[in-house]
Amino acid sequence: MIELEMQNISLGYNSQPILRDINLKASPSELVGLIGPNGSGKSTIIKAISRVIAPIAGSILLDGKDITGISRIELARLVGVVPQMPLLPSAFTAFDIVLMGRNPHLGLFQSEGQRDWALVWQAMDRTITRPLANRRVNELSGGEIQCLLIARVLVQETKVILLDEPTANLDIGRQLEILDMIKTLCVENSYTVLAALHDLNLAAQYCNRLYLINQGRIHAQGTPAEVITDQNIKEVYGAEECVYPHPINSLPAVMVRASRNKKTKT
Amino acid sequence: MSFSSITTEPIGTYFSGRRRRLYSILGLCIALIVIAVLAAGVGSVHIPLVTTFSILVDKLPLVDIPQSWQSAVSTIVWEIRLPRVIMAALVGAALAVAGATYQGLFRNPLADPYLIGVAQGASLGAVIGFLLPATAQSLGVDIIPLFAFVGALVSTAVVYILARVGKTVPVTTLILAGVALGALLGSIVSYLIIFSGEKMHGIIFWLMGSFALSQWSEVRIVLPYVVVGTAVIIIFSRMLNVVQLDEEQAQQLGVSVERFKLILLAAATLITAASVSFVGTIGFVGIIIPHTVRLIWGADHRFLLPLSMLTGAIFMILADLIARTAMAPTEIPIGVITAICGAPFFLYLLRRRKKVIF
Repeated sequence: MIELEMQNISLGYNSQPILRDINLKASPSELVGLIGPNGSGKSTIIKAISRVIAPIAGSILLDGKDITGISRIELARLVGVVPQMPLLPSAFTAFDIVLMGRNPHLGLFQSEGQRDWALVWQAMDRTITRPLANRRVNELSGGEIQCLLIARVLVQETKVILLDEPTANLDIGRQLEILDMIKTLCVENSYTVLAALHDLNLAAQYCNRLYLINQGRIHAQGTPAEVITDQNIKEVYGAEECVYPHPINSLPAVMVRASRNKKTKT
Repeated sequence: MSFSSITTEPIGTYFSGRRRRLYSILGLCIALIVIAVLAAGVGSVHIPLVTTFSILVDKLPLVDIPQSWQSAVSTIVWEIRLPRVIMAALVGAALAVAGATYQGLFRNPLADPYLIGVAQGASLGAVIGFLLPATAQSLGVDIIPLFAFVGALVSTAVVYILARVGKTVPVTTLILAGVALGALLGSIVSYLIIFSGEKMHGIIFWLMGSFALSQWSEVRIVLPYVVVGTAVIIIFSRMLNVVQLDEEQAQQLGVSVERFKLILLAAATLITAASVSFVGTIGFVGIIIPHTVRLIWGADHRFLLPLSMLTGAIFMILADLIARTAMAPTEIPIGVITAICGAPFFLYLLRRRKKVIF
């Protein structure tokens, strides 16, 4: 069980900050959502926690320990990432891709053994990808690849899991399937899960807490009901009066109407 | 999850694939030895297979076979042909492994061992060596390999430094810097050749590559580079698979990508430089052998690298055999053979197995 914390973090590329003074926390068994408009820096936060980019200022802590003091291979045993729709090398099979999740646990002179293979099959069963095992990844659909990447992160056996838009480009059935799976895994295994999501309705339904990021800062944080409000959505996205309580569980739900009061060009 | 469910269909296929490739490695090892012995027997003086074999076994420690051959025959096999065969095997193995490594590191099927300036640097070094007034006779040592080796390493180091962006060396920048510096060095080589006078023939013959002058002393110099460099690359072959994802995912899976790139580039460059220094910049092997292996045995670097090494060695022994026997006593430049024989075979494979290989 690992507590994740970002303290006064500024992030950017070529020392040009696109995020300033971010403070963020995620605890075990908690699914924390990052929401915000396109280009607000949700993926950048995920890259910083997995140390693909270094922060300009501030520190990222895992159980109070700064990640800059952790070697890359050790960090990969603590933090796993499900990237956003990456291109996978087409000559590899689904099994090969999932097995790569074992890399941080293997020494230079070691190769995969019984336990590693068993973990792969277990994760593929869990994500319903076992039938794909011998297929080449270029033959797979977006949803199947997303499930494979989740299987890979499970095999990585990390306590912290970061997901970058895990439901982008998926149909509604697949979206629910994948988020249900993530939610269950998070609770069952006390994982600390941080997910960048662009769908506000899914974020409200699945996340314990949300961070709404806009223009380089955290615009709002708290429970879905505290973050997804008419006022916040208007301030950040410019969409007016579209938040209603969900008819069944009264969590906030975003329902849009075609622009009624905006003058449409004719 | 119980272990009993492991014995279902997919894992069976996975393991039979592994076993097939392990047997292939074993088979190629045997083929390499047999072909090497055969090649040592073939040439202007024909030596029966049994005699070749006896001479070679006789050289093994603790083995003494009563001599039934003339000592001149023994000299031909042991002092002239065998070093040449072994040099060809070493260079073929080195270029194939280096090619597979560059293709993997750059995630680019067009990469070959000469992509980032090794060949042009070696050529320039060699040409300068040829043009110096000092000769091998006057110095007592052949300076051409030394100049070629230094040229190869210096040009690759320059490319690496030029390609640096902050703390990283992006592979696209590396390729572009390599191509640009290669073009510059290549034009200097062309310029020097035009004004090289009566040394032109020697230079051009060197550039096209040949094993004609290979001796045990050269094998002894090249061998450690190839063995150590190849071993380092094969040790890192699992990570080379992970890097195929992309550098970001590789980092998230625990690979220190920049350090990894530096180690593998250094190893691949060293084995390439050591090889071309003595035999010239033989083309085509480094790009075609790894792709052929991919077509037959798949893209997993843990098998791709050893299989490329063995296939490259066998291919080069056979190419050199053709080079020295097809138009005897004239030798055909080895680079011509590798392209003439390699290209049609590769195109045939490419057409026959229409599958994604990269």
